[in-house]
Amino acid sequence: MDSGTPKLMKGNEALAESALRAGMQAYFGYPITPQSEVIEYLAAEAPKRHSLMLQAESEVAAINMVFGAAGAGARVMTTSSSPGISLMQEGISYIAAAELPCLLANVQRGGPGLGTIQPAQGDYFQAVKGGGHGDYHMIVLAPASVQEMADFVFDGFALAEKYRTPVMILSDGALGQMMEKVVLKPEGSLPYPEKPWATTGKLKSRERNFITTLHMESESMEAVNNRLQAKYAEIQKEVRYQLIGAEDADVLLVAFGLTARICSKAAEMAREKGINAAVLRPITLYPFPSDAIARCAKHAAGVLTVEMNAGQMVEDVRLAVNGATPVHFKGRSGGMIPSPEEILVEIEAIAKHTIHA
Amino acid sequence: MSGKEACMEPLVTINDVEMEVVYEKTDVLTETPMHYCPGCSHGVIHKVLMEVIDEMGIQEKTVGVAPVGCSVFAYNYMNIDMQEAAHGRAGAAATGVKRVLPDKYVFSYQGDGDLAAIGTGETIHAVNRGEHILMLFVNNAIYGMTGGQMAPTSLLGQVTSTTPFGRDAAAIGFPLKITELVAQLPGAYYVTRQSVHTPAAVRKLKKAIQMSFKYQERKKGTCFIEIVSNCPSGWKMTPLQANEWLEKNMFPEFPIGDIKVPKEA
Repeated sequence: MDSGTPKLMKGNEALAESALRAGMQAYFGYPITPQSEVIEYLAAEAPKRHSLMLQAESEVAAINMVFGAAGAGARVMTTSSSPGISLMQEGISYIAAAELPCLLANVQRGGPGLGTIQPAQGDYFQAVKGGGHGDYHMIVLAPASVQEMADFVFDGFALAEKYRTPVMILSDGALGQMMEKVVLKPEGSLPYPEKPWATTGKLKSRERNFITTLHMESESMEAVNNRLQAKYAEIQKEVRYQLIGAEDADVLLVAFGLTARICSKAAEMAREKGINAAVLRPITLYPFPSDAIARCAKHAAGVLTVEMNAGQMVEDVRLAVNGATPVHFKGRSGGMIPSPEEILVEIEAIAKHTIHA
Repeated sequence: MSGKEACMEPLVTINDVEMEVVYEKTDVLTETPMHYCPGCSHGVIHKVLMEVIDEMGIQEKTVGVAPVGCSVFAYNYMNIDMQEAAHGRAGAAATGVKRVLPDKYVFSYQGDGDLAAIGTGETIHAVNRGEHILMLFVNNAIYGMTGGQMAPTSLLGQVTSTTPFGRDAAAIGFPLKITELVAQLPGAYYVTRQSVHTPAAVRKLKKAIQMSFKYQERKKGTCFIEIVSNCPSGWKMTPLQANEWLEKNMFPEFPIGDIKVPKEA
């Protein structure tokens, strides 16, 4: 497939193709709707492209294969959807603790439980607050288009290797399944960094490398935690967001991923009705663009957070706004996708009660 | 001059006395004192495993995986590149290592709780895929690290801290013979059960490990060695009593010997 020429692709396939172009050396996964196109695409393409796709016996096995391969220095990825990502949490905690670079993608479906195969954003807490046990974070990227499903694979591998940390692309079933125009990056454009810490066989010229997450002495465990926290502080500079509309809008919408696209349509409809509305879309959910939200919220009469869940990111928005402006929430869940019209109703209600001409 | 003299080891001087070196610890074991309890089988198994790696000259080409259990600290003692894995997941982690480093020698070193309880799925599927790795399965019929709870391989009637009245098959099932189970899988290339309770047994284990690394070069499937071991602390016995109990009680349930050997020499 040529670079530069736009292609019409499903989000899941664009992600998989982009991973091969980004030099992914191994993929370990387990089928689950609505992300199975990733593993299917790689099953057909990886063997032709000097890469490996291995279907694991479970998501638990898949994430631990990622651990082993990442520890051995390879550029590795796994993908799944909500229940499968839940099964991976222990492994993700180990990977974060061992500081192994790898890329994960969660093509979210509705939950809790087996839930539904329809799109949702109910795994926000799990993705940005840790998910597994202990004090750790992942860098979390939230694509809003098939183009970003592809692009964030390159960004994700680069960030993972820069910071020796797991990175998650937090997508959803709609972005995974829908087809859009996408321009793919050329193959081989992401260089491989040196990984002198990897377990590749102890050469005579160096001490042995070992990868461990076990620190029996409290002092050394705390030192590891302090090192991780210092890394997370450093990672804050990677914050990314997109502002659609004016920074001094009267109604500030905050939404990520698919919901941000719907919100930008709703904001456009509001502006046509004379309400100055804007959308702030966090692109990195961790690190979270708290400063940008606080800055924009200062000018706003009201903030509206829209999510495909029962209210998760809104907690971080409230922390960012810190009481300066009322923060409202509109959520749909279980696979229901909010329409621009129902968001417009919320925008109009905020404008009516808070903006006095 | 006899042949013995011709290959005699160099002399060392200790307390002004010149002494012949007849045995040395391999450099593939670190200088770190082991934390294992007196009489525990792990120390001997570590030693022969590292001796084989030394003698075969594959230290630079070997990666080990030791998951949660008493041997989780194996990386402190084994002077090779190693990964600690989550409980039960050594089969998966070793798969990840071997698949991206296909020309390296990869082994997992797992206990009974790890390999045959929480990690049963990973074990069976690693062998079923015929991963070209060596799985070392240290079976001492008890959870040592957590303080002597029942293992999947605990014997019927065996008293542990979670079977205080003895393991009762009606309540908690039977000792799991996972080695016989994996031997049924086409992906298993070489399956054997050994022990380290006598010097002769140690020599046989060493041979089995040597063969396993040689077989790994053939890329024909998984090599699997169960080592019937003791746990003097967990069994609440002296090391000597533990080895006697092992012979009397463990061997009838877990008989020593080859279970599956390669057809080609």
